[in-house]
Amino acid sequence: MEGTIVHTPRPSSISRFLRNYGVAVAVVLLILIGSGISYSITPLRTTAVLAATLRASTPLALGALCGLYGERSGVINIGIEGQMLLSAFTAFLINAYVGNLLLGVLVGVLTGAVMGLFLAFMSVTLRMDQIIGGTVLNILAFGLTGYFYQQGLTTPGKLQPIPLGPLADLPLVGQVLFNNPPITYLTLLLVALSQYVLFFTRWGLRTRAVGEHPRAADTVGINVYFMRYANVIIGGCLAGLAGAYLTLEQVGSFERMMTNGRGFLALAMMIFGKWNPLGAWGASLLIGFTYAFQTRLQFMGTIEIPPQFFGMLPYLLTIIVLAGFVGRARPPAADGVPYEKE
Amino acid sequence: MSGPLTGEPLALEARNITKRFPGVLANDSVDFALEKGEIHALLGENGAGKSTLMNVIYGLYSPDEGQICVDGKEVAIRDPNDAIAHGIGMVHQHFMLVPVFTVAENIVLGSEITRGPTLDMRQAERQIRRLSEEFGLQVDPQAVVEDLAVGEQQRVEIVKALYRDARILVLDEPTAVLTPQEADDLFRIMRQLTDRGVSIIFITHKLKEVLAVADHITVMRRGRVVGTTTPEETDEQGLASMMVGRDVVLEVDKSPAQPQQIVLEVQNLSVQDERGVVAVRDVSFEVRAGEILGIAGVQGNGQTELVEALTGLRAPQSGRILLDGREVPFHNPRYLIEHGVAHIPEDRQKHGLVLPYSIADNLVLSTYYREPFSRGVQRRQRPINARAGALIEEFDVRAPGAFTPAGNLSGGNQQKVIVARELSRRLRLLVANQPTRGLDVGSIEFIHRRMVQVRDEQIAVLLVSAELDEILSLADRIVVMYHGRIVATLATAQATRDKLGLLMAGSGL
Amino acid sequence: MTLRNSSPGDIARRLWRSASVPIGSVLLALLIGAIILIVSGASPVEAYRALFRGSFGDAAALGRTLEKATPLIFSGLAVAFAFKAGLFNIGAQGQLLFGAVTAAAIGFMIEGLPPLIHAPLALLGGALAGALFGAIPGMLKTYTGAHEVITTIMLNYIAINLTDYLANGPLQDTTPGNIVARTPAIEASARIPAIGAIPLGFVIALLMAALAWWLLWHTTIGFEIRTVGLNPSAANYAGMRVSTTIIVTMMLSGLLAGMGGAVETQGIIGRFQPGFNVGLGFDGITIALLGKTHPLGVIPAAVLVGAMRAGSNLMQFNADVATEIIDVILAIILFFVAADSIIRWILRTRAVSEEKVTLSTGWGQQ
Repeated sequence: MEGTIVHTPRPSSISRFLRNYGVAVAVVLLILIGSGISYSITPLRTTAVLAATLRASTPLALGALCGLYGERSGVINIGIEGQMLLSAFTAFLINAYVGNLLLGVLVGVLTGAVMGLFLAFMSVTLRMDQIIGGTVLNILAFGLTGYFYQQGLTTPGKLQPIPLGPLADLPLVGQVLFNNPPITYLTLLLVALSQYVLFFTRWGLRTRAVGEHPRAADTVGINVYFMRYANVIIGGCLAGLAGAYLTLEQVGSFERMMTNGRGFLALAMMIFGKWNPLGAWGASLLIGFTYAFQTRLQFMGTIEIPPQFFGMLPYLLTIIVLAGFVGRARPPAADGVPYEKE
Repeated sequence: MSGPLTGEPLALEARNITKRFPGVLANDSVDFALEKGEIHALLGENGAGKSTLMNVIYGLYSPDEGQICVDGKEVAIRDPNDAIAHGIGMVHQHFMLVPVFTVAENIVLGSEITRGPTLDMRQAERQIRRLSEEFGLQVDPQAVVEDLAVGEQQRVEIVKALYRDARILVLDEPTAVLTPQEADDLFRIMRQLTDRGVSIIFITHKLKEVLAVADHITVMRRGRVVGTTTPEETDEQGLASMMVGRDVVLEVDKSPAQPQQIVLEVQNLSVQDERGVVAVRDVSFEVRAGEILGIAGVQGNGQTELVEALTGLRAPQSGRILLDGREVPFHNPRYLIEHGVAHIPEDRQKHGLVLPYSIADNLVLSTYYREPFSRGVQRRQRPINARAGALIEEFDVRAPGAFTPAGNLSGGNQQKVIVARELSRRLRLLVANQPTRGLDVGSIEFIHRRMVQVRDEQIAVLLVSAELDEILSLADRIVVMYHGRIVATLATAQATRDKLGLLMAGSGL
Repeated sequence: MTLRNSSPGDIARRLWRSASVPIGSVLLALLIGAIILIVSGASPVEAYRALFRGSFGDAAALGRTLEKATPLIFSGLAVAFAFKAGLFNIGAQGQLLFGAVTAAAIGFMIEGLPPLIHAPLALLGGALAGALFGAIPGMLKTYTGAHEVITTIMLNYIAINLTDYLANGPLQDTTPGNIVARTPAIEASARIPAIGAIPLGFVIALLMAALAWWLLWHTTIGFEIRTVGLNPSAANYAGMRVSTTIIVTMMLSGLLAGMGGAVETQGIIGRFQPGFNVGLGFDGITIALLGKTHPLGVIPAAVLVGAMRAGSNLMQFNADVATEIIDVILAIILFFVAADSIIRWILRTRAVSEEKVTLSTGWGQQ
């Protein structure tokens, strides 16, 4: 600790990596070790739980990425829940009426994007309080899906797993990683891609600059409003994909309030992952695991625990994690602050 | 010194610039001419319109009237991109650097070098090294900006402008955060830049610097250009009256101090900053009744944390604070307020005032729970209003009334509200941190007079200021802080600017 | 805020300036709602007529409106009160559920008490439960820095699950033949009656609104709450205890929400049944903003929303319009109230210089 102000020792790249991605590393390691032990005892159940973990984490990871693009550019998005819900609904409607899964997914993504545009309009152009803006999205989605909901509408099929050739036949990893439906694969790609975009491209540098110090970005000619609009809309697309996942890949039908807090959980995962795509993904895996585990236990029905206790597990865990482990994480400096050109 | 070169077109000319804001005429038909390769000082008080003019030139504001010419040709500058394209670079008073980015990331931002879609930081770092060698501006491209000292951050800002091929450089109050020696370094760098053909606009309110470094001086007052002169034709007194519009007394009128018993005693105090870094190390000193102790130092050397610890806003790591011989509990502002500690905070809008509140409510911000302002839990508006009326009168706060929100007041009047509140309590110790920063000359004079008056009433005064002139003219004794330590204590009579400057930079005697 | 040296004309002008945005927002939202109705093939005239008849058409309808408005006043107050300290209590829903289930438990478990003791006891029990549940996010915020927006949302889901468990398990109605998850009916002595057409709960709600107003603007605690909301750094500088104020505010906010749940249990439903009070918390956000986050403004806002909720059943019956259109309209109202510049621009009114609290400034430290 020599010299405080001028020469703060620069942390080594390993410690910096651990600081940013410690969560992801710890979660992945824990799951790997745990599943190794468990696999040696009950291989079938382990495989099933792990595969379910990955899938259950998919909408959370996508939602967290949605929040992340927004907040890295300085816009808080608590409307992810609403974006997911409305997208799930439109994706489902298209598939029910047209019978085209791909078109359904696209419309879901588009719905998310339009809601992203609306959020950007509220928070960037109107400079509305961003938490209230997100609440508008949530109530609106709740109302619209309720108003247009039709009882008993069913869809012709949902997205099926695509085994990746011989890779899918590997023990454990084959079933877990290489035999998944398309949006689950796509999410893994999007996590990696987002990590690359945010930290290794011009777009990412400008996005982060706008979220940290918009005036500095403005003075070097970066259009703060455009960057915020664009990133919030990109986020909206991802939330829309998460919605499409719920109706077209996971469940196959639409139910009222079916997102059940996933959009809010996703936001917490983003904070837990310290605004990094890989970190957020690791956090999503953790909550995905509780979902998978709870379904498994209920399925086995051997333990006498009321189902409501399992139902609140993800939320309780999220509070504990936010309160205990993250402490005071450092959000982007201009997060939630509307930018006003002078 | 390279004189103005006649015959060549002007590097930059602003003609007849007018810019209005709601209720204010910020620039009123302003003309300004910058010759190639010169240092042209733009002098004026806070609010005189200097920054508005520069923001117009840099494309951050669009003027209501007027033209701007670069190299003799009229240009349209609609946004900073246009300004950059015409070779104009600006170093803002509040640095436009992203604290969590590296130096290289900050410099290339907006003009990135890429290979395919990927950022090419290696290439960028090479270019930055080349630039910094060429102009003698040392920067480490891989350092993270928030870890750098302000002087280094300033160099980064200059390199950032040069990286964009700036030929006209605007420096907005660049010496506000530097020691006199660092300022001299900056002036040397400025000369090197002008030797290479860069033209510099140097915005400041410090008269000595202007006389030392400028080729031309343009003085602004209340949105208008008062005149343009050269260092040879004028002196400090002349510039000061141009700036203020009347004769200014540069010295504070005060009699010698008559220090009495010790009021504040600080023993071996250590304090950490937000990031957990030790900002104040093992500091001991005392302040006596009837004296002003000045703490000199470059901003960011622990003064803020020291003041926060002394006023209960921050818990120290170790050490003791004694008030009138009694140890005070840490981190307890109310205890200190009740025991006669007044605090004029560094950031008046963040700490000192609740801007949407009326002046009356702001005046009872720390005494609202006491008689007569409340009885039990019930607030009593009448005594609060009565008190407000009296203090507004006494402290000459210019406002429509006691119910005017503090946010509607000018900076000087906001500061007067704070001073009124703090000085109207039972007082043992006054802690004033940068009490006159950003104020007009009239308010500065008023606050200086009040502080001396408080001292003469046998109250202990601790003054923290980055302005050496303020310390030298007000303080009876001076301690110098560097890297969180007190490196020297001296009587004001023994202190000179040069001596203090060296101490503030960490070089011993 | 106290009105100073004001003539009647002054007061009217000021009232219009602060009421113009909410009124404009409601009208504009109804207009957009009408467009949605037309697009989906319904008649807006018929729908709105039924909505009005179902809410203000006759004495019974008016009673229903007041009945619906009562818990909404409480949840609106809860949100508005927390707003004043710069806190966004999205958890009014959860606090309300705990208040409702606690009041029900006290209401049916204790027998033989006189009404004058039993009913207030259940009401206070519900309020206390809400206060305790509201204190959790306050403490999480001050001690760990976890942002109340996220923790209150998570606590809502926890509250839903926990109360659901209680109504399915330990507190379930064991009357033979009952298969529904619900508690037994509360004793008659625990019920909050109606005085003529006006539910007593509504009167209690009005009293609590007045009390909240007095607390905020005429007490030192209120001064501390508002100062923390507008500028926590200055509050700290002035010697106020910011952490304590945050926790106290969240407790009082939770107390108001919990009391709303209790009033609903004791005055309307007569027992606790999961799913009966869903959505009240989110309506509270809209109501708080529609009432300009002022405790007294919350009252007309809650009556308006209560009227929409009360009339929506008749609207569904008469005009075949799904009741969820009300949620859509409420979302649009929220949008216009929050984006007040739009209405201001339409009406050409100036902004009132009032104390405006900013909520979203990042998830990080205070």
